[in-house]
Amino acid sequence: MSAPHKHAHRCFGVLAEYTSGEALLEAIERSKQDGFTKMEAYTPLPMHEVSHALGHENDLPKYVLGGGILGAVTGFGMQYFAAVIHYPINVGGKPLNSWPAFIPITFELTILFAALTAVLGMLALNGLPRPHHPVFGVPGFELASRDRFFLMLLHYDPRFDADRALATLRATRANTVQEVPHP
Amino acid sequence: MTQGTRQDERTSEVIAPGHTLSTVTDKITKIVLTRSTPLGWYLGFAVAFLLVMVLLASLAGLLWKGIGAWGENVPVGWAFDIVNFVWWIGIGHAGTLISAILLLFRQEWRTSINRFAEAMTLFAVACAGIFPLFHVGRPWLAYWLVPYPNTMALWPQFRSPLLWDVFAVSTYGTVSALFWYVGLIPDLATLRDRAKSRPWKILYGIGAMGWRGAARHWERYETAYLLLAGLATPLVVSVHTVVSLDFAVGIIPGWHATIFPPYFVAGAIYSGFAMVLTLAIPLRKIYGLQDFITLRHLQNMAKIVLATGMIVVYGYAMEAFFAWYSANPYEEAMLANRMHGPYGWAYWCLLACNAITPQFLWFKKVRSSVVALFVIALIVNVGMWLERFVIVVTSLARDFLPSSWDTYSPTRYEIGLYVGSLGLFLALLFLFIRFLPMISIFEMRTLVPAGEERRAEEPR
Repeated sequence: MSAPHKHAHRCFGVLAEYTSGEALLEAIERSKQDGFTKMEAYTPLPMHEVSHALGHENDLPKYVLGGGILGAVTGFGMQYFAAVIHYPINVGGKPLNSWPAFIPITFELTILFAALTAVLGMLALNGLPRPHHPVFGVPGFELASRDRFFLMLLHYDPRFDADRALATLRATRANTVQEVPHP
Repeated sequence: MTQGTRQDERTSEVIAPGHTLSTVTDKITKIVLTRSTPLGWYLGFAVAFLLVMVLLASLAGLLWKGIGAWGENVPVGWAFDIVNFVWWIGIGHAGTLISAILLLFRQEWRTSINRFAEAMTLFAVACAGIFPLFHVGRPWLAYWLVPYPNTMALWPQFRSPLLWDVFAVSTYGTVSALFWYVGLIPDLATLRDRAKSRPWKILYGIGAMGWRGAARHWERYETAYLLLAGLATPLVVSVHTVVSLDFAVGIIPGWHATIFPPYFVAGAIYSGFAMVLTLAIPLRKIYGLQDFITLRHLQNMAKIVLATGMIVVYGYAMEAFFAWYSANPYEEAMLANRMHGPYGWAYWCLLACNAITPQFLWFKKVRSSVVALFVIALIVNVGMWLERFVIVVTSLARDFLPSSWDTYSPTRYEIGLYVGSLGLFLALLFLFIRFLPMISIFEMRTLVPAGEERRAEEPR
């Protein structure tokens, strides 16, 4: 029982390197069977099966919808306020609330707000920018942006134990398995 | 025979066989990180830089003398500046089409051309922005176009297409920049991990923002990318629609036509794809990227040029038909003036460039010839510039009252500004291909056989 606590201070997780995505998927299954729940995979290309295997949730679309609605309300609201409330002026007998003429700007602001939410939301939910991360200290991890696939069992898993994690990952098709020191 | 032809096109792949995750990564990063810069780059950049100086000189002269330095006069109040604005904005549209619309349609062949097409969009929008900014006459007061709380309690005219244009073009510029940058993040991480020298590692590292390819990140990343594509698609259609409304809402004969929005959007895509071809053909040759930008890409783009070119020709035919069928004397006079007036030469050159030249693309032999495609693309670029010249200048020069007619010819300040904007565009492109990966590395990884095997079925 004392072992996890002893490791928790100096070990961020245990990282294994694979040559193919299939080996990575097998390792995820294996780790799940061994009772690990907190893990992260690193891949050089987006792989939907991996995020499905890890059971990630993704709330981004809801935020983007919210951003779009906010943009539409802002766009139309601004024009309505200007034309009807703040500076009403009769131009050629047209109604003050000439809403069809307000649609283009409403549309553009909808797109602008939604796009900004998509990008800033993606970065914020991903915790980026984050210049340093313990995993960058691992020799060979730079291949995660070339052709290697990595799996890390994380230290904040309630059932994490460095020795057990090392054993589990060594039983997979990993090229290397190593502890990631806590910064 | 047709069976055989179809087979040929299918077997001409989007990426040459034999590539793997590592070869794709190394081949593209090598261009930026290790390969010595080709002599052609220095020569090309020198010329482009010289033209940027011409741009600055033209702008300085304009600011010193005022807008009177331009050849614009009272009937022809919109001339080179608006012609060039519309031309540049139109060129930008192909980049968004390739990166967004073709992504949504799952056209995998777009992968190797989307990055530099997006860069092209961004730089074209930057060039486009210069023209209306300086055409307002006092560019230091251009912020009056933006709604902001001011002591006069005034608002811009929200019912005017010109103001819609401010919103459309600035949104378009912003979204294009976001799309381009988001696409770059994983590749900047690759460059950070490959760069040898520390300053470059730090610079690329700042751009990559700590990207480490985590599965959780990729998931949100792909969602954001798809959503951006979905948002950029209606946006790109709206931008040129609004640009066309700048004209169509006016009552000048030759402008006041309902066909303008679809005809402008098709024209924009047409000119944009011609520009992508103009840039891709020399680039793949100089940097040896024939493996990635294959003949299939060039042929597909040629087909899009042909299809959108036909829509544009339909637009020309309808303009003439409306003028005749409406039996409106002003519309009829507009058509006669277009064909036989002082700018008749521009109309006939335009038809030769845009209506006749693309017809050669019906032939597979022409579509398979890189040289022929390059020449046709250049002619289309010229044709689309002439189209805007015909619409803007010819229509304004002769409106309702003969007493207000006048002709227009550009001064050296206008010509310098146009040539200079070409230089700015090229200079930015040269810097881009030198310092950033011109092909999306992580998307190319999804195309190689090993990557595809690993990817299996996409659940979306």
